[in-house]
Amino acid sequence: MISIRNVSKWFGEFQALKKCSAEVHKGEVVVICGPSGSGKSTLIKCVNGLESFQEGEIWVDGISVADRKTDLPKLRSRVGMVFQHFELFPHLSILDNITLAQCRVLGRSKKQAVEKAVQLLELVGLAEQKPKFPAQLSGGQQQRVAIARALAMDPIAMLFDEPTSALDPEMINEVLDVMVELAQSGMTMLVVTHEMGFAKRVANRIIFMDRGEVVEDRPKQTFFENPETNRARQFLSKILTH
Amino acid sequence: MAFDWSSIPGSLPILWQGMIVTLQITLVGALVGILLGTLLALLRLSPSRLLSWLSAAYVTVFRSIPLVMVLFWFHLILIPLVVGLLFPGKRLELGFITALTAFSLFEASYYAEIIRAGILSVTKGQFNAGLALGMNRRQVMRLVILPQALRRMIPLLLTQAIILFQDSTLVYVINLDDFFRKAYNVGNTVGTLNEMILFAGAVYLVICTLASGCVRQLHRKLTVPAREIA
Repeated sequence: MISIRNVSKWFGEFQALKKCSAEVHKGEVVVICGPSGSGKSTLIKCVNGLESFQEGEIWVDGISVADRKTDLPKLRSRVGMVFQHFELFPHLSILDNITLAQCRVLGRSKKQAVEKAVQLLELVGLAEQKPKFPAQLSGGQQQRVAIARALAMDPIAMLFDEPTSALDPEMINEVLDVMVELAQSGMTMLVVTHEMGFAKRVANRIIFMDRGEVVEDRPKQTFFENPETNRARQFLSKILTH
Repeated sequence: MAFDWSSIPGSLPILWQGMIVTLQITLVGALVGILLGTLLALLRLSPSRLLSWLSAAYVTVFRSIPLVMVLFWFHLILIPLVVGLLFPGKRLELGFITALTAFSLFEASYYAEIIRAGILSVTKGQFNAGLALGMNRRQVMRLVILPQALRRMIPLLLTQAIILFQDSTLVYVINLDDFFRKAYNVGNTVGTLNEMILFAGAVYLVICTLASGCVRQLHRKLTVPAREIA
């Protein structure tokens, strides 16, 4: 479904990604973890073309992201993305946040879009919030709306870029619960996160990145029980000790 | 020195005619200025280097020339030239057209900078969120970025319009009878120039103070409702 092959990216002199490769098959949940500044967020943003890269290839459902002829808006409309800072549109109500792209990009009627939005708001447990504005919701609620907004496009895969990093601790679980449910429903997911509990529960594979490189890419059991590299072992010991 | 205010009540209808001219210049200057300013801001931020440069040049030129000179040039050279080409041989009263054109184009350069700052104040994350949903750049700009930018900028846009309202008095240099020039003329004719100028000043003061108060109120109302802190 998502195939990342030897992707390299430079910001000026600085090489942010070094020949990164990874595969996400249909229905798989793959978690990317690693220290901050290791290139995780940059890599996931390359998948839907929000970041460009200079070398390598990324294929999503058989379509090349870097190909100049690719209709990127169309590709992006089929791949949902959830951001660290939610990025709900503050000038629109919760309902309008979820219907906007359905109407403008997919050409759905207002009625269809509203039906879909209500159905998804119920899924994330926020149906009664639909007339409110984003700033009236808590962080956890906003992130659940953001997930609903992405799902409203009926995506073939979902990208999560540190979806719980900006949340207060007591709100993390409400977001993870939605993500777990989504994973169990068979959604293809690529998730950048430090939430190892989530990874242990639903991930098929773990990708460990450090300094722009994919250092490990292994099934979760072997990754947690027996990390291959020192760098991964150190990282795990730092975040799992408490 | 004794003041003689007696000529004011009788001249109010004449002054009102001038006020209509003043308000028309303000309204047209602000509306066209905002539309053109938005266009200039979008060009300035467009990926095309040429368009961006052209927009920057426009803004720099107009912001570097005193408004009085802009009015003079439009009055003496540009408008007669253009009208001469379009309607050869006709003699038209051009003062009003000149004022509207000059103010619109001049104000656009100021509005462009305000709106550009507004667009830049919306974070890249919002842009990415729009793109990630499959919208193209124009859609993101129109549906996500501009509504937020303009909303944030409304107080500044209106404040600029209040400045424009005051600056419109400069049309006296092209012999256009706005409120101030009417007052000046009446005062000159009747012999109560000091009183008329003081009165005109008071009118500007009251209108601008009231308008500023309204802008503050509006600013409060526009703030998007935030979460109540329990």
